[in-house]
Amino acid sequence: MIRLVPRRQRSRAMVWGAPLLAVALTLITGGLTFAIMGKPMGVALFTFFVQPLTSVYGISELIVKASPLVLIGIGLSLGFRANVWNIGAEGQYTFGAILGGGIAIFFHDSTSPFLLPAMLIAGVVGGMAWAAIPALLRTRFNANEILVSLMLTYVAILLLSYLVHGPWRDPDGYNFPESRLFPEVGTMPVLIEGTRVHLGVFFALIAVAVALVLGKGLTGFKLKLVGLAPEAARFAGFSETGVIWFALLAGGGLAGLAGVIEVAGPIGQLIPTISPGYGFTAIIVAFLGRLHPVGVLLAGLVMALTYLGGETAQIEIGVPAAVTGLFQGFLLFYLLACDVLIRYRIHILIGKAA
Amino acid sequence: MSGLDHLTPLILTVITASTPLLFAAAGELVTERSGVLNLGVEGLMVTGALAAFAGTYVSGSAVIGVLCGALAGVLMALVFAALTLSLLANQVATGLALTIFGLGLTSLLGSGFIGVTVENIPKLNIPGLSELPVIGPILFGQDAMVYLSFACVGGIGWVLARTRIGLILRAVGASHDSAHALGYPVIRIRYLATMFGGAMGGIAGSYLSLVYTPMWAENLTAGRGWIALALVVFSTWRPGRLVLGAYLFGAITVIQLHAQGLGVDVPSQFLSMTPYLVTIMVLVIISRDHLKIQLNAPACLGRSFHPAQ
Repeated sequence: MIRLVPRRQRSRAMVWGAPLLAVALTLITGGLTFAIMGKPMGVALFTFFVQPLTSVYGISELIVKASPLVLIGIGLSLGFRANVWNIGAEGQYTFGAILGGGIAIFFHDSTSPFLLPAMLIAGVVGGMAWAAIPALLRTRFNANEILVSLMLTYVAILLLSYLVHGPWRDPDGYNFPESRLFPEVGTMPVLIEGTRVHLGVFFALIAVAVALVLGKGLTGFKLKLVGLAPEAARFAGFSETGVIWFALLAGGGLAGLAGVIEVAGPIGQLIPTISPGYGFTAIIVAFLGRLHPVGVLLAGLVMALTYLGGETAQIEIGVPAAVTGLFQGFLLFYLLACDVLIRYRIHILIGKAA
Repeated sequence: MSGLDHLTPLILTVITASTPLLFAAAGELVTERSGVLNLGVEGLMVTGALAAFAGTYVSGSAVIGVLCGALAGVLMALVFAALTLSLLANQVATGLALTIFGLGLTSLLGSGFIGVTVENIPKLNIPGLSELPVIGPILFGQDAMVYLSFACVGGIGWVLARTRIGLILRAVGASHDSAHALGYPVIRIRYLATMFGGAMGGIAGSYLSLVYTPMWAENLTAGRGWIALALVVFSTWRPGRLVLGAYLFGAITVIQLHAQGLGVDVPSQFLSMTPYLVTIMVLVIISRDHLKIQLNAPACLGRSFHPAQ
């Protein structure tokens, strides 16, 4: 008989122990999955989780993929702390990319150094605008932000598809559904020659730093209080409406920034698919990182590794890249299960329970 | 008669598009009435869709296929129940995990079934009745699943409103502490309600892959699980209204598909947006009345229960 006994205090050790345990369990499950698929377990695990880290190219790609995850994850973690469930980051990312990319397409013969800053600002504004819809509908009409933000993701992706198939299609592009390539001044400068590591990394790090400062201040306290004890927050005079708006705009703005950085960086134009699901994976990043900025940074690297590992394993040992999604799901399941250890101890009673 | 001749096939496709929504939403309604918010309907549906398709392909029988779909839904729901009910994990996060996991699992396992075809579920054919003009094929010419979906909604409505089991289920959802104090096994009842929702979600997915498309494709559900969740809010947790909601959405889906054929000069992407935009509009219209939601929503919806507390 197994019983959960509440702890007097949340276990601080388990707050950080749970994600490590979850990663370990995911590795074991991953190994078994490979074994079931008939792949040598050790080799497969090594190819998926270690090999990408053994080359400069691999590490640089890890950073490229972690940047959007960290940016979005930071924004989402602010909201999740306040129990504001923005799960439409993928849509905010897409709309940010549309608005920012639109500027690059509109001024495609520009040589102005202000083009890129304008695009980045447009990306943030786009993401915020897309997130403002669920914020408005939640605060004014009590409509569930989970469903609204998710529905808007489908709308944004369809809008992007319309634009690249229609008005924004490259006139010299042989009818492929792609926009023009962005002009030189509208692309993210590459930081390290020979890799794709670009300026976006800095934005991710700045977001982590800002979130750290915010978290220590009154804003962080407000978010936490509204999330944990909405009654107390109301009593203290904190506006719940304000917190909802802040959480969604911050999440949307950062997702939009991630979107425009991605199209101005590694992609370089607008195409129908601009994300391998970063907006959804960032939800796992936020939880795995314990909604803490430094945690989100580390979790972003871990989740980026699952993308990279999937690609490597596909090329090297012929495992479908879809394994990535499966492992991400396992990781989140294990994490949620392990989180019970923060608030409860497990008592195993042997023999007949009283 | 020519107008009606066009109308009949249109109504038939509306029914095909609405049935999976009705199954999934009816299952989720029961789950939510017990106080459990399972946001992983999309994951249940997509897993059920693949299991049903694979089951039908291997066995050659759609009945076995649908049973496989339902079983897959139950297994997924069990994972959700174990995490949220036994390990007290956050229901919102776990529901999301279920969807992410389901989409990942099916895109991995389903790769072998892309491009494969299976036998369709046969339509009912009652000599005489099914040949009646217009109403014949609509009322008497559906496949068994369509009638089953209505029977399920009717059954759920009756059980919830008129039986002891329904009363206990609603009590658990309205106040788990009171129900526990009265001696009802809150956790066990919630497990069962969640598993029922899982079976229905799996059946909904089966209908998608066996009848609606009918084939297997990655991410086949395309957000229908989320629309089913919105339908439960739309129904204000009353089964009868689910039928209205599901058929409204089925009709919108079909009309936007046909609008292109009828020469409506709007890019297809904008037409494809309509079900999602209508979902948002419907949510706003229903939710703006705070009181209506508060009176009808199960009071313990989404809250964990631990008897020792």
